[in-house]
Amino acid sequence: MAHDDDSKALDRASQPSPGLAVAVSDPVQNPGLPPHRERMTDRDPKAMKAAVRTVYTLFYLSVAGSIWAVAAYMLFPIESGALIDVRHNNMFIGIGIALALLSIGIGAIHWSKAIMSDKEYIEERHPTRGKDETRAAAVQAFAEANEESGFGRRKMIRNSLIAALVASVVPGITLFRGLAPFNTPENPIAGDPVALLSHTMWKKGMRLARDPDGTPIRAADVQIGNAVHVIPQPLAELGHEEGYLEEKAKAIVLLMRLLPEQLIEDENRKTWSYDGIVAYSKVCTHVGCPVALYEQQTHHLLCPCHQSQFDVTEHAKVIFGPAARPLPQLPIAIDDEGYLVAQSDFTEPVGPSFWERH
Amino acid sequence: MAREKKRRPHGRRSPLAAVALIGAGLLITGGVYAGASAAFAGTAQTSVTAQVSVDEGEKLFQANCATCHGLDLQGTPNGPSLYGVGELATEFQVATGRMPLQMQGPQAPQKAPQFTEPQIKSIAAFVQSVAPGPTYPDASVLDGEGDIAHGAELFRINCAMCHNVAAAGGALTEGKWAPSLSNTSGLHIYAAMVTGPQNMPVFSDTNLSTEDKRDIISALLFQQEAVQVGGFTLGSLGPVSEGLFIWIFGIGALVAVTVWITAKSN
Amino acid sequence: MSTSTVHEETKSKPLGGRFVGAASNYIDERTSISGIVKELGRKIFPDHWSFMLGEIALWSFVVVLLSGTFLTFFFQASMVPTHYNGAFPPMRGVEMTAAFESALRISFDVRGGLLVRQIHHWAALVFIAGIGVHMLRVFFTGAFRKPRELNWVIGYVLFILALAEGFTGYSLPDDLLSGNGLRIIDGMVKGLPVIGTWTSFLIFGGEFPGSDIVGRLYTLHILILPLLVIAFVALHLMLMIINKHTQFAGPGRTNDNVVGYPMMPVYMSKMGGYLFIVFGVIVLIASFFQILPFWEYGPYDPSPISAGTQPDWYIGFADGALRLAPPNLDVVFLNHTWSFGILIPVLVLGLFIVVVAVYPFIEAWITGDKREHHIAQRPRNAATRTAIGVAGVIFYAVLWAAASSDLIATHFMVTMEGVIHTLQATLILGPILGYFATKRICIALQKKDREIVLHGYESGRIVRLPGGEYIEVHQPVDVYDRWKLIDVDNYEPLVVRPNAKGRIPWTENVRSALSRWFYEDRLSPLTQAEITEADSHQQHVSINTEETVAHEVLDAHQRAGVAEDQIVSSDGEKIGETPNVPSSVIAKDPVKKPKNPADGRE
Repeated sequence: MAHDDDSKALDRASQPSPGLAVAVSDPVQNPGLPPHRERMTDRDPKAMKAAVRTVYTLFYLSVAGSIWAVAAYMLFPIESGALIDVRHNNMFIGIGIALALLSIGIGAIHWSKAIMSDKEYIEERHPTRGKDETRAAAVQAFAEANEESGFGRRKMIRNSLIAALVASVVPGITLFRGLAPFNTPENPIAGDPVALLSHTMWKKGMRLARDPDGTPIRAADVQIGNAVHVIPQPLAELGHEEGYLEEKAKAIVLLMRLLPEQLIEDENRKTWSYDGIVAYSKVCTHVGCPVALYEQQTHHLLCPCHQSQFDVTEHAKVIFGPAARPLPQLPIAIDDEGYLVAQSDFTEPVGPSFWERH
Repeated sequence: MAREKKRRPHGRRSPLAAVALIGAGLLITGGVYAGASAAFAGTAQTSVTAQVSVDEGEKLFQANCATCHGLDLQGTPNGPSLYGVGELATEFQVATGRMPLQMQGPQAPQKAPQFTEPQIKSIAAFVQSVAPGPTYPDASVLDGEGDIAHGAELFRINCAMCHNVAAAGGALTEGKWAPSLSNTSGLHIYAAMVTGPQNMPVFSDTNLSTEDKRDIISALLFQQEAVQVGGFTLGSLGPVSEGLFIWIFGIGALVAVTVWITAKSN
Repeated sequence: MSTSTVHEETKSKPLGGRFVGAASNYIDERTSISGIVKELGRKIFPDHWSFMLGEIALWSFVVVLLSGTFLTFFFQASMVPTHYNGAFPPMRGVEMTAAFESALRISFDVRGGLLVRQIHHWAALVFIAGIGVHMLRVFFTGAFRKPRELNWVIGYVLFILALAEGFTGYSLPDDLLSGNGLRIIDGMVKGLPVIGTWTSFLIFGGEFPGSDIVGRLYTLHILILPLLVIAFVALHLMLMIINKHTQFAGPGRTNDNVVGYPMMPVYMSKMGGYLFIVFGVIVLIASFFQILPFWEYGPYDPSPISAGTQPDWYIGFADGALRLAPPNLDVVFLNHTWSFGILIPVLVLGLFIVVVAVYPFIEAWITGDKREHHIAQRPRNAATRTAIGVAGVIFYAVLWAAASSDLIATHFMVTMEGVIHTLQATLILGPILGYFATKRICIALQKKDREIVLHGYESGRIVRLPGGEYIEVHQPVDVYDRWKLIDVDNYEPLVVRPNAKGRIPWTENVRSALSRWFYEDRLSPLTQAEITEADSHQQHVSINTEETVAHEVLDAHQRAGVAEDQIVSSDGEKIGETPNVPSSVIAKDPVKKPKNPADGRE
């Protein structure tokens, strides 16, 4: 591993390359290593003794810290369930460990600074490139291997080998398709992300219900200035293993009531609200956070993630922030008992944009 | 001038004298100021009665509120009408110091209340008498014995997006904000839910039932008193304050240690 | 004929005692370890505090590994729904994933569990911050130049791996904050053209959130990414050992040597000591400061969200980039949605990351410099690079600050819209202004260094010349400190040459133009003659000054009617603020000679 000094190679590595040669004709000379400056501990044996004492005191202090940490583990149980016990347990163990570690660290460093020799050494560098003979030998090794195997000459072998190696990886990659589901007879769109994204569980006649209890909402229950967090009523009965969170992630809705004259509605959406009550998808069209902040006086919806703002009076169009599309509106009506129901699913996919969306 | 002196002689005055003098001066002026403003704040503006009285409330209202809200609570260009407001909202606004309004702006800031508690209750009683609205809750709603887990869940769904999960407060649009709830009383939490101050939505009983509200108040009161098991919360603002802290104090300390390590020993 | 020469072997004890000697022999006979010890045992490392910044990253990684291993014995990376029934009331009876529940148990129901979890999370923040400061040091001192370009790339890959480790790690407890972070990532992935929808589908095992993601992130977080990090760290350190560490210019230091202390015992103790200090500081912070109280956020549900939803600091620049994008940038074209509101931030970030990763190669191409460089430059001496670096840092910092736009609004009582608009403007203007300001500052600092070399430093001693002029006396710097200011790489712009066909390709012209820009406004190199001349001038000036001063003093004494031998300096006596004796005391002892003006400070 030891390099011989190859000054020519070192020179080559350190010389300016053509085009950049800045050879100062009369360069200033390096004055060489400065003389060693004595430390207190070099000069004064009492200072050295004091430093040694400090170091081993710190190390023994560290032992004390470790013992304290073990003691704290036992002295501060948490099984009572009181939160203050949890706090004490963690804090006192932590103090002990911190003391143990810091003392070793400070001691070791004090040792290295004040007690160990601070004589500066000089080590020569070697050029990073291998010596010419070494390189030649390396080239020779490859040349001989090439000659003996015929790798370079036999192009068919070489090309087919490369093809085989590349191809051998493909089955492994293919296996990872299994990360996502396939269509099944019971669920023919389970493996179709575009279909899944394009529909939510809202259907005609499905009651709007409070999140998370699932109690249905009467139109009369919704007052001016209310912001009601809504899920489809059947969602509340769905178990977590049955896709509760996945459906909820698309179906959440925010229900607000304004004065009917405050709403500026498109012609074809006039029937989507009920008496000033409007329902919008709560999934932000930027990247999917719940757009949950409703300002009842300005009628703005604010998404806390990236500060997109939507105007409830005007089909939740984007008035600030990085969102690209208004929030989809859920068409609502009331059933014969006065409960708010959806007229249909959303008429467009909810949530963030995706490639196949049009 | 000519001769070099090695060190300036100290004389009779310690070099720390100037520091001590300035420090003493600051303490004295600061103390006098603090004492004076406390005295001012404690001064009642009208004669103090210890009882709640609608008449007292009317006098206070006329003196402090009518300029913006109208003598008949009908509203003026500077302040909305108070029809339907009632005592709960009035008590909330005045006891949190939002009213009398400091200045027109995006939102009424909280400040030290300007009236004593009996005075506030009197004003509220007066408003309730002429412009009735939501009234005080039963004591059981504020007792903090509700279902904390359910209350916390409701809080996260209905409140945390503005007030933050640890009730540390959050930003709204155009300079408005949702305040921190770490020092808010159960009564005021209830009042805010019911009356929906400024841009806060109204959480009427048809949306969050009285039992729901009790649970939410219990969860918040628990949170206010709960021991923070991990230590100091750094403002409960989440990763932003944690990141700032670790860069300023963590990396700062560690870089300072590297300077110490590589400095030549004395 | 056998003549056996018997050598009297002195029975001296082997180093460390007989057992250590025997053990070393045993191991060496089986592993050749003595070779490594010989090579590395007394390896020299240069000493500067900024060289230890990489160790912040290295040692905090050790802390992360150790604390993380403890956590793996308790954490369940499963999304099977369960209920919590432990010590924390607001979570009791709540339905949650096993991952969240096991995280709650670690924090509330395992002794010391919360401490280890907090150590782990704080250490992760320190780890990436350590990489950041280390990267800045390497960049601003030009330590990425040949032969260390590859090590820069390896280090950069480590940076990206660390970001991934952090992100996968804090998403494991499946809480509301990190769950929304995953939601955001999902939204970003969905916005990618062609592959986005399917990539999201594959990652989450179906629709968001699915029941696979925590387990998959766990595999990444404890298996794949740590193995990659450890492999790249090993490569990184090996290259550092082979190339040897850079050093700053100084007396006795050249491009062909390393001056410093040996690995054993000095650096071993300094580095080892620093490991314990980094560990100890992190444990201290973890004992007193809470981090990610995920029990306040609750289990992930798509409906609730917290105000002030930000990722951990190191992902902040990406979140900020999303916040700064303007609205309504979706384009529907040919039946497909192009989400430019997401693509533009992603592309900008991607470009930034790639440019920083390949910067050494860009600079090498511009400068045409094929030399090996082992002397670290002071940032001021590479003005253009430092200015570019500052511009880059400002760009990154604005993106990072944008992630906390809502908190800036509430804390400084400004509108969030104002904050975002201001940051949008600063994103473009800030780096430009920063570039120009930094460049000028660097050049000014270079000139100041030149001043100090040639004319000495300002000693603070003001002297009034007889003509009434006040001058500040300059003291020369000692020859060793002065060398640090002199030993600066000297460059000139690239000169283009025609190729074999006698033509200059346009790429070479661009290269030459860039090289001229890179090296514009440089100081001409110092020669020994200039230094000698400046030295003699300084000598002349200071002797002159001292003589003038002595002359003045003499004159003053003469005007006072006092002879020189009656004067002594009053330095030894304490004199009051309002002396009632003149500050020149009538001497009892002979006067001291004036000092030699060529000395340094007294």
